[in-house]
Amino acid sequence: MDINQRYTPQSWPEHPETATMEGKNKFIGFWLLLAAETVTFASLFATYLALKDKGPSGMEFSAAGLFELPLVFAMTMILLTSSLTSVYAMYHMKNHNFKAMQAWLGITVLLGATFLGLEIYEFNHYVHLGFGYTNSAFSSAFYTLVGTHGAHVLFGLSWFIALMLRNAKRGLNMYNAPKFYLASLYWHFIDVVWVFIFTVVYLMGVIG
Amino acid sequence: MMKGIKKWRLFALMTTLLVFLAGCGREEISTLIPAGKVAQDQFNLLILSSVVMLFVIIVVSIIFVLAIVKFRRSKMGEDMIPEQVEGSARLEFLWTAVPIVLLLILAVPTVYSTFDLADVSTMDVQAEDGNSSHLTVNVTGKLYWWEFEYPEQGIVTAQELVVPTDERVYFNLISADIKHSFWIPSIGGKLDVNPENVNTFYLEFDQESSELEDGVFYGKCAELCGPSHALMDFKVKSVDREEFDQWVTAMQEEPTPAEDAVAQEGQELFEQSCIACHATSGVGGTGGVGPNLATFGDRNRIAGYLEHDEENLKNWIADPQEYKPGNLMPDPESLNDGEPFTEQQLDSLAAYLMGLTVEE
Amino acid sequence: MSSIAQKKGFGATIWDFMTTVDHKKIAILYLISGGFFFLVGGLEAMLIRVQLATAGNDFLSAGTYNEIITMHGTTMIFLAAMPILLAFMNAIMPLQIGARDVAFPFLNSLGFWLFFFGGIFLNLSWFMGGAPDAGWTNYASLALASEGHGIDFYSLGLTISGFGTLIAGINFLVTIINMRAPGMTYMRMPLFTWTTFVASALILLAFPPLTVGLFFMVFDRMFGASFFAVEMGGNTIIWEHLFWIFGHPEVYILILPAFGIFSEIFAIFSRKRLFGYTALVFATILIGFYGFMVWAHHMFTVGLGPTANAVFALATMIIAVPTGIKIFNWLLTIWGGNISFTTPMIYAVAFIPSFVAGGVTGVMQAIAPLDYQLHDSYFIVAHFHYVIVGGVVLAILAGTHLYWPKMFGTMLSEKLGKWTFWFFFIGFHLTFFIQHFLGLMGMPRRVYTFGADQGWDLFNAISSAGAVLMAIGVIILLVNVVMTSIKNERVGNDPWGDGRTLEWAIASPPPFYNFAQTPLVRGLDTFWIEKMDGNKKGMIYAEPLGDIHMPNGSIIPFVISLGMFIASFGALYFLDGDKPWALAVLIIGLVITFGSMLVRSLKDDLGFHITKAELLEDAKGGNTDGH
Repeated sequence: MDINQRYTPQSWPEHPETATMEGKNKFIGFWLLLAAETVTFASLFATYLALKDKGPSGMEFSAAGLFELPLVFAMTMILLTSSLTSVYAMYHMKNHNFKAMQAWLGITVLLGATFLGLEIYEFNHYVHLGFGYTNSAFSSAFYTLVGTHGAHVLFGLSWFIALMLRNAKRGLNMYNAPKFYLASLYWHFIDVVWVFIFTVVYLMGVIG
Repeated sequence: MMKGIKKWRLFALMTTLLVFLAGCGREEISTLIPAGKVAQDQFNLLILSSVVMLFVIIVVSIIFVLAIVKFRRSKMGEDMIPEQVEGSARLEFLWTAVPIVLLLILAVPTVYSTFDLADVSTMDVQAEDGNSSHLTVNVTGKLYWWEFEYPEQGIVTAQELVVPTDERVYFNLISADIKHSFWIPSIGGKLDVNPENVNTFYLEFDQESSELEDGVFYGKCAELCGPSHALMDFKVKSVDREEFDQWVTAMQEEPTPAEDAVAQEGQELFEQSCIACHATSGVGGTGGVGPNLATFGDRNRIAGYLEHDEENLKNWIADPQEYKPGNLMPDPESLNDGEPFTEQQLDSLAAYLMGLTVEE
Repeated sequence: MSSIAQKKGFGATIWDFMTTVDHKKIAILYLISGGFFFLVGGLEAMLIRVQLATAGNDFLSAGTYNEIITMHGTTMIFLAAMPILLAFMNAIMPLQIGARDVAFPFLNSLGFWLFFFGGIFLNLSWFMGGAPDAGWTNYASLALASEGHGIDFYSLGLTISGFGTLIAGINFLVTIINMRAPGMTYMRMPLFTWTTFVASALILLAFPPLTVGLFFMVFDRMFGASFFAVEMGGNTIIWEHLFWIFGHPEVYILILPAFGIFSEIFAIFSRKRLFGYTALVFATILIGFYGFMVWAHHMFTVGLGPTANAVFALATMIIAVPTGIKIFNWLLTIWGGNISFTTPMIYAVAFIPSFVAGGVTGVMQAIAPLDYQLHDSYFIVAHFHYVIVGGVVLAILAGTHLYWPKMFGTMLSEKLGKWTFWFFFIGFHLTFFIQHFLGLMGMPRRVYTFGADQGWDLFNAISSAGAVLMAIGVIILLVNVVMTSIKNERVGNDPWGDGRTLEWAIASPPPFYNFAQTPLVRGLDTFWIEKMDGNKKGMIYAEPLGDIHMPNGSIIPFVISLGMFIASFGALYFLDGDKPWALAVLIIGLVITFGSMLVRSLKDDLGFHITKAELLEDAKGGNTDGH
């Protein structure tokens, strides 16, 4: 693989992410990593459900009383939209349209950062209500589950930004195409996890 | 020469017998000498599964020995290349089907027994007089001792469980601190003593413990719970129903004060310090900081595992950490104005404690 | 760029191993460090048996004893058995499928160094205020109450080394999926590759729950979380579930590669194709699959209720079926063969009765009501040592003799090997057989002492005597290794004479690019097929001789792991409150780790090419026979 080889939209392969052996390996390896991540989140979800509303006797917090849907719904929409924009980015990647890809990735990053900001605001709000990390088994499980997701969002954002900056001058090639692809795959995974969090933690929490 | 061989044979026979007998262990604690319905059921499962498994082992051993004897290179020749057999669907079927049949033989009694041993539905059945018809004992595991509360009878004891024979006894288990596990090997299998939930099961005691060499069954903690896990023993006295009722009545009475002078001195000392944690009346409920001592004089062991004599008792009081590392009994000096107990004080405490009894 | 070993200085050799991404060198690193931890764990085992040799012994204090049993179990499972098996997987699996390296050579190195630093970190607890003392299962209520930093060393150390193992698992999976030589279909893969594949899949899905559990433990102990704090609404049984959802597959992660090694040995030394290869493969997959459905049989006495217990009892029993299929297929492999009793083969032969004994006691424990008696008694100690020592350790010893020539180019002494075997094998049965009866006689496990009045004295003494024999066996093995290394008699491609798979078709040790030309695989036991067809080269080629692309070595994996090692100390001491420097250490460690990760991702690393001319040069140097 020659990193300096120049491609045109015509010579660019249909599936640049798996066109090389390295790309293929990364592709499979990353899916496997996502399987491990799925088990990780499954463990966190199971723990959360076991500890939901559990606390020292007389604890005043419960999922039904604590969570407010409007803010979380807005966060969900923002993250879902960012998943869509990353799909556009990948569409342009496959068409070897570097500028459009960077632009859409930029929008994705902005949306992701907004989501993260709202999450920090939400956590801050709960802490001010007295629902701190050490408040109860419920609070520990809640912050650990949602916080782990937040940490994944942060990592995904950093990954996108690093890729965009690193390759800003170089454009697309067979060496970095798989990296862009995997970063967007990761972003979709984060999005799917959030859908579960929204359902299991917030919706089911508010319903009771 | 012949004589030598004969002697050797006799010796071999004796050794085998000895190992075999020793292989059953002591009747106070061995699962191989069951003394109750639950342990008997479990022993039967042990025998059943051992027979089935022995069959498997024999089959494998025969094929195994034949194979390694018949097909050695020294027999087959250095250059012989065996036929490269791929396999046999018929054989694969055979050794899939036969084990499944064997497992089914085991599965049926397993499922039956699992539900049978967990069946505590009769626990709250009440007799006509409104009392429950079965004895229930609330067991609390603590670092490193056991508390036994008899809620119906309004009494509580520690370290030595007293139960009636030939009837179901129900147990509610909970831990006050760290997870333990409640196990009386010759009476029945264990159940964990969790800090977060009450576990319930039943046991039956079909033999009076007075028939045993040591007079008690041995109980153990079976879950690692800290340095003195190995020493977290308890003892079980099983007596007939009549004797049990007498014991309950005796427990419900107020303890009689010490009579002789030394013991009175001990009582005085006890009531200045030890009483903060240790009750001496059997009346009460769970929640003692230290073991209830109402039956102390009747017990089989000091601290659950030491020979029951004054010498050990004095050593134990003088330095509890030496005998049960990590236990929560306070440093003696903190109870006695910063001084270790004097020999005289220990003597009087021992005399008092050994006099605490509800049995004749 | 010649692969012919050049005389290098000691420092250069060390640097070479620190930066290597070659799977064969990483295998040697795994073998050495795993072997070292095996000796440490063995020493701990000897201390345990000395303590229990007589009733009421005070050789060890109660607290020290608990530290030793915890570290014995943890060390043997995580730092000895698994790494040594990873050593064989690394050394052999890529050769068996005709690959030049694993899919991610850089990650392979990172996986090793994470394991290594995690293991060192855990063992440093001995010198830094006390080892963990809550048993290798680290049940939560005891672990939270444990004083000092022992449990923190356990949690952080296993987290780091667990990441390393997870990386190794993903790497092997991708390697086997993507890098098989032409013609190497899944159903032509050697059994050891198959078991590596399934064990890697188990690693992938089993380690995350452990990591989650360990994080909960760290958060509870260090940051005031309440996952397991009962008075705050926590629940300690969550730990038990997470641990055993990991822990049961972990047993299969260990035993499946052991099955793989024995499968290779039975075929090689019976000079016969594996009987029922297809059945063996599917049995392997089934065992891996069932491995995730039976974890609660470790928790029969927890009080999950009769329904759960019955379901898990039946599920557990089913595992006996595929395991039985394996045993009978092995027996039928040697049946009608031409058996040569080399050292690896006597281990393999001895494995069958030993493992069957461990397997049948496993079925007995699956009978939930019976398990109420057996659980946490010495019966279970006997059982899992029968499967782990009688299965995994015998496989490790067998594999060491079998693959030593392939890894180092010289043969271990057969004579000393057999001495090791007899001491170890007799000692093993003497130590553990009698423990079944100790358990049935009412002796709980994890007791630091026992009273003389309970009828356990004789059997414990016999058990301790057996342990001495095992220790002698291991010492003979060490002598064997030293003597073999000094003699250093070089061997050819196929030192056992009856090799069947691709690794025996190339030099011992292989050149760093493994195969100058990628082989074309024509069937199961491809090297055997070529031999039988009279092909002197041992393989046919799928490509003409040409340039080979190879990855560059790198120090970055070492530095990333070192950073995490340093950061762990910071995290450990940070919450003591009185150690302000700890925060600095934490930050420095994280900066090192993330900084080196950033360097890695920003710097393009495209590897290098070995030219055709250099390959021809190598071939002329007589490299095919290892000289």
